[in-house]
This record gives sequence, C-alpha cells and structure tokens, in this order.
Amino acid sequence: MYVAVKGGEQAILNSYRLLDEYRRGDPTLPELSVAQIASQMPLAVARVMAEGALYDPQLAALAVKQAAGDLIEAAFLLRAYRTTLPRFGATLPIDTSAMHLQRRISATFKDVPGGQVLGPTYDYTQRLLDFSLLAEGREPASPPSSGQGLDPHMPRITDLLRDEALLEDDASAAGDPEPVDLTREPLELPAARSARLQNLARADEGFLLSMGYSTQRGYGNTHPFVAEIRYGTVEVEMHIEELGFAVTVGCLEVTECQMVNQFAGRPGQAPCFTRGYGLVFGYGERKAMSMALVDRAMRVGELGEPADAPANDQEFVLYHSDNVEASGFVQHLKLPHYVDFQSNLDLLRRLRAGTCPLKAGVVPPANASGDGHAVASADDSAASPTKEVLAS
Amino acid sequence: MTSPTAHRPTTANSPPAPVVRDPNYNFGYLDESTKRMLRRALLKAVAIPGYQVPFGGREMPLPYGWGTGGIQVTASILGPDDVLKVIDQGSDDTTNAVNIRRFFARVAGVATTTRTREATIIQSRHRIPESPLREGQIMVFQVPIPEPLRWLEPSEAETRTMHALAEYGGMHVKLYEDIAQHGRIATTYDYPVIVNGRYMMRPSPIPKFDNPKLDMSPALMLFGAGREKRVYAVPPYTRVESLDFDDHPFAVEQWDAACALCGARDSYLDEIILDDRGTRQHVCSDTEYCTERQLAAQGGKP
Repeated sequence: MYVAVKGGEQAILNSYRLLDEYRRGDPTLPELSVAQIASQMPLAVARVMAEGALYDPQLAALAVKQAAGDLIEAAFLLRAYRTTLPRFGATLPIDTSAMHLQRRISATFKDVPGGQVLGPTYDYTQRLLDFSLLAEGREPASPPSSGQGLDPHMPRITDLLRDEALLEDDASAAGDPEPVDLTREPLELPAARSARLQNLARADEGFLLSMGYSTQRGYGNTHPFVAEIRYGTVEVEMHIEELGFAVTVGCLEVTECQMVNQFAGRPGQAPCFTRGYGLVFGYGERKAMSMALVDRAMRVGELGEPADAPANDQEFVLYHSDNVEASGFVQHLKLPHYVDFQSNLDLLRRLRAGTCPLKAGVVPPANASGDGHAVASADDSAASPTKEVLAS
Repeated sequence: MTSPTAHRPTTANSPPAPVVRDPNYNFGYLDESTKRMLRRALLKAVAIPGYQVPFGGREMPLPYGWGTGGIQVTASILGPDDVLKVIDQGSDDTTNAVNIRRFFARVAGVATTTRTREATIIQSRHRIPESPLREGQIMVFQVPIPEPLRWLEPSEAETRTMHALAEYGGMHVKLYEDIAQHGRIATTYDYPVIVNGRYMMRPSPIPKFDNPKLDMSPALMLFGAGREKRVYAVPPYTRVESLDFDDHPFAVEQWDAACALCGARDSYLDEIILDDRGTRQHVCSDTEYCTERQLAAQGGKP
C-alpha cells in the first residue's frame, strides 16, 4: 500500500547538514578563510560582485566560501542580501578619466599619452601549468622596480577622438533623467540605454561572452575596435544635500572598456565612430569587453541599422542575460510536476488509444479507430482510467 | 557525496523543532515600502481582473521559478493574525511547500496550517484545494510564465499590444488546430481562460480540472510571477470562462478509479507506480482532503 510522502521537513534539515559537511571537505585540511578567498581569488570575488550587483569584497568572498565555489550560487546569495539593504541615494557619475590605474591599453593607437600599461594580466602568460604552485610556500615574485611611476596624465582615448568630433559625444544632455533602476522598477520595452547598461552590468559573463562573440561571427557585425580598456580604482562621490557639496564616500575597483565602431552616418549627420560601453566591478576584462559589444549591438535601432541578429534584439538579450533568474527557472524543473505530468500522461494515453500505431509490432488498443481522428468517447476508459466530463 | 559513515542524524525520527521567528528580518521579509508598492500593484490587478500588472519584483532568498512571485504577494498581504497554508502539487508535505512554510514561520512568525478551512491565505503551486473556499480566504498562486499568449508570440512588446486590442483569435486557432490534428483539445494544464469577459489569463499550471473552481469563487485569487515581475488577480465572484467551442465544450478529467486511500471519486488523482510490472494506483493529489476523508471514515475527529 502506498503511503503519502511525509517527512519533507526532516529531509530538508538533514540536507543542510550534509551540505555543510560537503562544503567543508576534508576536515584534516585547514579551513579556507574568507580573507584568503578575498585576497587570493580576486577574480572570483570580482565576478560575484559584478553579477551579485553589490560591491563588497568581504561579503562576496563569504558568498564564494558558502557556495563552495559555485560562483552563480554565490552571486545569488549576494543578490538576496542586497535586496534587504536600505537605499540612501544615487552617487555622482564616477570619473574613470581620474582612475588610479593598474592597467590601461588601447588597440587603436600604437602609442597614446601615458603609454600602454599592461599591469597584472594573463594575456601573455604561456598557458603552461605552473607546477611550482603545487609546492606550497613559494615566495611570490617581487613587483618590478620601475624607475618612475605611471604618468599621472592618462586621458581616455575616446576623449581624444571625441575632441576631434570623430566619435559621438557621451556627455549627458541637459535634463538627463535619473538612470532607470531595474531592481526597483520592472523592465519596460523598448528599454532606455541606462536600463540596458544596468542589465548588462549584472548579466552573466558567459551569456554576454557568447552574445558578443556571435556579433563577431556575422550575427550582427558592429566592426568593433578596442579604443581603451582601463582597470583601477575610482572614487565614489555623493552630493550631500545638507552640506551643499559632494564628498567622497569610498573607492571602487572597476574595469572599463570603450569600443568604437563604424557608423556610416545618415542624412543630416556626418559619419562618425559610435560607442559600445562596458563597465564592471573589479577586474573583469572579458566581461567588460563582451558588455561593450552587446551594448553596441543593441543600439542598432537608434542608429538606423538593420536589427536582424540575436544580439540586436533587446528583448531577447535583456530577458535572458540574468543568471540568477535563468538558474532558478531552469532548475525549477526538478521540483515536483506530478499534477501537470499526470494530465499530460492521461492525454497521451487517450491520444494513442485513438490513433493508428506508428510502428509494426505495437498492438493497437481495442478501441483504436484507425482513422487517426478518434473522437473522445466513453470507450477511452478501456485504455485509460480517466475520461473527461463536461464542466458544470 | 560524503563518506558512508558521515552524519547519521540522531533526530531522523523525531519531529523537527518548531521554526523560531528571526528578529533580524522585517515582518514578512520585505521592507514596508516594498510591500506598499506590491499592494498598490495588487489593488490595480483586482480592479482590472485578469490584467497583468508589472511590479518592481525584488530578489528573494529563494530561487526564481520556485515561488518568488507567490512569496512576494503573500509577504505583502500577510498580517500577524493570518493563518498560512502552503501547498505544492496539492500536497502540504512536498519539500518546496515545507520550505516556503518554514520561510514565513521564520520571517513572519505567523501560524501555519495544513487545513484548507482554517487558512486565511493559501499559497499554492499548480493546484486549487478540493475543499470549497469561502469568502475572506485568499489564494496566492505561484506563476512561472504569466503570459497566456507566450507560446504563440515570444515578444512581450507584441503580447501587451494583443491584450490591449483583445486580439485573442490566435489562441482559438491553436485550440482548433488541436482538434483538427488530435480530435480533441490537447491543452491539459495552464488552460487559458477569459476573466470577466475581457482579459485572457493563464491560470498558472493548474490542471484544467481546477479551472471551474476559479469561476465565481467566493475567495480572492491573486497570482504572482516573480521572475517575470507581473501580478494579476481574479476578484471574488468573477466570471472565469475556459476557452472552448460550441461543438467541443470545455471538459475536465474524471477518473474511473477512486483514490486508493480515501475512496474519493471527485478529486484530482495522482498516479503512483507500485512495482516494475506496471502496477499502478491512484491517490488524491490534495493530501489534506484525502487525510480528512480517511479520518472521517475511521470516525475520528478531522
């Protein structure tokens, strides 16, 4: 005799304990500290802050630890915490031209004022496993002794192009409204660029990477050039009403990518380069570049270009970019679906009972009419315990 | 996952400790201004039955697709005196229902129940209880995809226009194509309805067996879709018609089998596979309804 499933609550509590043990791993090894994660896995922490939409390296490192290294789960933990935080107001726009740089490169000019600064990058490592890292306790390389520090004058390359009017302006127009906040308001279509950029900044890196890549392979080519990528620290300022001026409330590490793209111009408008913009928390060059490609791809409407590729479709990109949404909905399929499945099972049995079998060797049910267009009748009950009745 | 000797819970057979209200969170988890925003959206939804109202959905500590819309609706209407029932697939005991009930016990400290008639708010995934609802009760449905026209038209911008123009012919064509191809309408759950003679609505993935319970119900029906950031509603005593044709009237499932546990013939039955030789049994999907009937049959007090 079947007994209805009970004890879900105890099973859940047991799963907590099993998970805790799984996460901790071998107890004979020392426990990983949050400070170690924050310090030695900065790229994981940066990704979690970017996709978790909360700049807090310590909490992001905690989320990475709690999620046992599952970065999407960690971003989810950070988002769920973020939603409980009070909102004090909006900061002034950050000034990335005043960034305290660690890296700055341009792919459009051989040399630029301030020079090309590689900084810490995996770009030119030969991807050979470094077995010396297996042996713990190795001293890290000492930082290079450069004769002089970085040039204090590091203008943005896009500003140089803009001053020549070769690149569209990016100054906010007078009366520019406050940016949309998608964590407070539902997405409206067509979406303002501020809403699109917010969506992309929070978006899954893998999704943006693939969408950006698709534009390079011919699905909506935007002819991009990396005018500049810069990574470093910027000050965050807030205008304080009571004081009447802006004060610095903290610092952020960000990566900015400015792509310039061809634009043919149109009647009444001389041709000029157009922009695709990427900005992410922390050191996240791959995502900043992908974001810039996708941002530009979604601007085809305003620039009068054909919008026939997936990356051009705002609705497609914006509704499917968020990994917390996507992960939850994909994984909800493991929740029980007994009821829906039962109704499908029942329908399928009745459809098959009334249809000619497709393969020889399958014995047709007794009431198969063979014409492929069986009409529901009481005979169906021979094949299925269910029949339909008119709803009163 | 772990070594076989790991964690042998000693409490496996004792009932879990009651959930304690966590004072670190506001009543109902959401802050008061978010709840007010949600209640405004819900009032609009009640005023325009069946219309999908966009709202500023919040990120919840449970995954999208697991009831975040329903949870936000419940959180915004819950008061300290409410009695909450949570069901998933008709059952109070499936893990997701247990988890959501524990969540509200933790962040709101409200009384919870499994009894339909004792509950003031019933949050549900995929079922409407078999016991009739009464005035004053509120059903909260968890909705995965709120848009009934979504499989006909993937674009949200397009479907909103179609609703504005009441352009619903495509759905009738789809149902007609089912009849032409299969001899019957092949939609079994999430069966589209017209609310109050105006808006087409997706009743969430309840089996069509439950559709008639929506029509002229004395209870308020609220629907929340968290990921899609929409709420909609069917006010009490509102007409809800399932789409059909004169020569193919709407019909619901009925079983020749009776529930193997309580003998009910009027409830939605789940099929249970008992062995590997195809032996099957049917039991009530609504576990509370089934339990009450079994107790009543034993002469016990329900």
